[in-house]
Amino acid sequence: MTNSPQTDGIVPARLDPDDLARNFDDLYPCFDDHEARVAADRCYFCHDAPCITACPTEIDIPLFIRQIQAGQPEAAARTIFDQNIMGAMCARVCPTETLCEGSCVRQTAEGQPVEIGRLQRYATDTLLERNEHPYSRAEPTGKRVAVIGAGPAGLACAHRLAMKGHDVVIHDARPKPGGLNEYGIAAYKAAGGIAQAEVDWLMGIGGIRIETNKVLGRDITLEGLRKVFDAVFLGMGLAGVNALRAPGEDKDGVRDAVDFIAELRQCDDLSGLPIGRHVVVIGGGMTAVDAAVQSRLLGAERVSMVYRRDRSAMGASDYELDHAQTEGVTIITNAMPVAVHGNGAAREVEFAYTWQGADGLEPTGETFRLRADQVFKAIGQRLEGSPDALAIEGGKIVVDAQGRTSLPGVWAGGDCAAGGEDLTVTATAQGRDAAEDIHASIMA
Amino acid sequence: MANLASNFIGIKSPNPFWLASAPPTDKAYNVERAFKAGWGGVVWKTLGSEGPPIVNVNGPRYGAIWGADRRLLGLNNIELITDRPLEVNLREIKEVKRKWKDRALIISLMVPCDEESWKAILKAIEDTEADGVELNFGCPHGMAERGMGSAVGQVPEYIEMVTRWVKQHSRMPCIVKLTPNVADIRRPAEAAHKGGADAVSLINTVNSITSVNLDTFSPEPMIDGKGTHGGYCGPAVKPIALNMVAEIARSPETAGLPISGIGGVTTWRDAAEFMTLGAGNVQVCTAAMTYGFGIIKELTAGLSLWMDQKGFSETDQIVGKAVPNVTDWQYLNLNYVTKARIDQDLCISCGRCYAACEDTSHQAIDMSPERVFTVKDDECVACNLCVNVCPVEDCITMERVEPGKLDERTGEVVPDEYGNWTTHPNNPMAKAAE
Repeated sequence: MTNSPQTDGIVPARLDPDDLARNFDDLYPCFDDHEARVAADRCYFCHDAPCITACPTEIDIPLFIRQIQAGQPEAAARTIFDQNIMGAMCARVCPTETLCEGSCVRQTAEGQPVEIGRLQRYATDTLLERNEHPYSRAEPTGKRVAVIGAGPAGLACAHRLAMKGHDVVIHDARPKPGGLNEYGIAAYKAAGGIAQAEVDWLMGIGGIRIETNKVLGRDITLEGLRKVFDAVFLGMGLAGVNALRAPGEDKDGVRDAVDFIAELRQCDDLSGLPIGRHVVVIGGGMTAVDAAVQSRLLGAERVSMVYRRDRSAMGASDYELDHAQTEGVTIITNAMPVAVHGNGAAREVEFAYTWQGADGLEPTGETFRLRADQVFKAIGQRLEGSPDALAIEGGKIVVDAQGRTSLPGVWAGGDCAAGGEDLTVTATAQGRDAAEDIHASIMA
Repeated sequence: MANLASNFIGIKSPNPFWLASAPPTDKAYNVERAFKAGWGGVVWKTLGSEGPPIVNVNGPRYGAIWGADRRLLGLNNIELITDRPLEVNLREIKEVKRKWKDRALIISLMVPCDEESWKAILKAIEDTEADGVELNFGCPHGMAERGMGSAVGQVPEYIEMVTRWVKQHSRMPCIVKLTPNVADIRRPAEAAHKGGADAVSLINTVNSITSVNLDTFSPEPMIDGKGTHGGYCGPAVKPIALNMVAEIARSPETAGLPISGIGGVTTWRDAAEFMTLGAGNVQVCTAAMTYGFGIIKELTAGLSLWMDQKGFSETDQIVGKAVPNVTDWQYLNLNYVTKARIDQDLCISCGRCYAACEDTSHQAIDMSPERVFTVKDDECVACNLCVNVCPVEDCITMERVEPGKLDERTGEVVPDEYGNWTTHPNNPMAKAAE
């Protein structure tokens, strides 16, 4: 080890390889059979269970837990995948504390819900490890559907369409499929190459072709696709990143958190990945948490996450924020960036404290500075490269309840479309439901 | 502090907890460990006739069922009576009894169903200074195929005959151990009583197959692909045992016959329940086999504490305390009307009461869109299923509709007086009240 957490600047190998491997391993390991049965035994099999209602994909949770109790995790997996083909990743990244587990009656009763997320992972991993694909395709329809984006929305849509006998071609701008599951989520939430394993398993349905490195507007056009395919589904996510709009944003050491997270996820040798001694992450969402926590795990000595409003307004859940603090991230609220200082490279970020004024957020007049070799911007992503013909509202593609856009024959879902919550699980639900509507439309 | 000292048919022990005749009492080593731990007595594992020792299987002897966290709920065995030479057992019994004079030591016996065999074994054990004998008419596996164990216990005439031989050829107190694998437990108990038994002990194990291996299609426990029925015991059999004990305790033919209660005694509470239903003491096996002899400390401390809390000073005061309240269905008060009540502060809105009532009972629980569950008094028959399936203790209770108040289900005022089936107008056999 050549460097330590106290080495100045942005340098690699602050920790030895063993520590890095441990830091980026599964946050929680998969249940073993016995743990799963004990955890499953806590489920009350509620009537009209609140957890099902709370799940955006409406998985029959009490049923799959009962199937685990009965010793058939593969049957449980089938129950999950029937509703949510991205069930393995959702088991890892869903904010369960605000969804299924948050509504669990045992959460109400004891503050200790049934561990639905971990049980779902146990079930889905069992099936994925066997590499069995439990679904088969309907008779070929001869219809062809183009999907833009191989993220959760696009994959869920493609799988459902393929099941119904349609031929699907997915176009994705990146070199690998998976979308945010592959590029945008902390490594310790998707350890062991699960994102690609899930895509490979999903492709087992057949009838889906993935074209990578295909950027909409550069390599392909919506108009071109509409001519060739019977329907188009847009699930390309949010490719743009919001700017700080503070002087010094262009200094060395300042970069987008999403790029850092993607680079880390694609990195084969974490000891070669440089990280600052003093890292400042600006933002309050999941991306900010993932960047901040992983900075610490790479060996950054001081990591601060700074958000302009108060904690309750942060996009990240309490669970994620608690985890960040446990990992040694300092969370500073009610402070907005004013300037990045430094002589060429960033050395400090200046913040102004804020308060809620009559016309919105205002600086109080008091400022402070944080040392920063490296600054990660995580203040939100935005739609980029959307075809002009589509109606946009609030920065997202306008869709109706079935996922139809303003253009005939074009559907959209996931983060690029209105109505979602920027979650893997909502994107999956939108992709699945759009597929049902596409099917109904093109077969009519 | 309550005095747990026990005197069961003249056999004294420092507490009413004996280890039942079973693997834990097969030799001096175990029995002495049990006495050191504090057990009041043991029934030595069943001795057979002199001759070549018994042969046991060399594969699994036990099978079990478990809760989700591997809590053992029921155990099944196909072990036979002692497979050690008779003289070794006799020597050890004598040594142990001499060393542990304050503890009860009873010898369990099982020999062929002829007078000479019984005479011979009784003579052989005379010298051990043991406190009594227990006749094993219970084991349902293996030995029953040879005309012993439950093969005797299922024929009241045999029970009476053998018991009489034992009383004739021995001065020792005689306990007859009964098999539950019969249609009516009172008949064998009456036979033992007629034969002169000093007491009965029950239940022995229940015939069972614990599970089937769905890969090999063989019953468990499995020996080389085959399985046989074994004797089931442990917490799962306790309700069956409690009823059989109570039936003997309240039957006029056997009332007053001392009973040693056996069957799933796991905690002090189980022991207290057996004793209030008429057992003079209890015998324990599965709990000791699951957790070791150390449980005796919880059993004695727990029984003692409960007796203190209830104001009992001697175990005799609790024996049979609940027997007068065991009755026939026909004498239950039909004018005792209750309704389920759901405590909304305790309710966690799981809806299990609703599912159970709506799907399988009387459609007497209402569910609001906000998941508030309420009882419909005009439908509730007070079946208690909602109470039983509710995961929250005391959330649903049965509250009495006081006499004089309207029962909304029947539209009738609840009568003040006791009234049962024997006098009910719907009963064709009803006798007019006189």
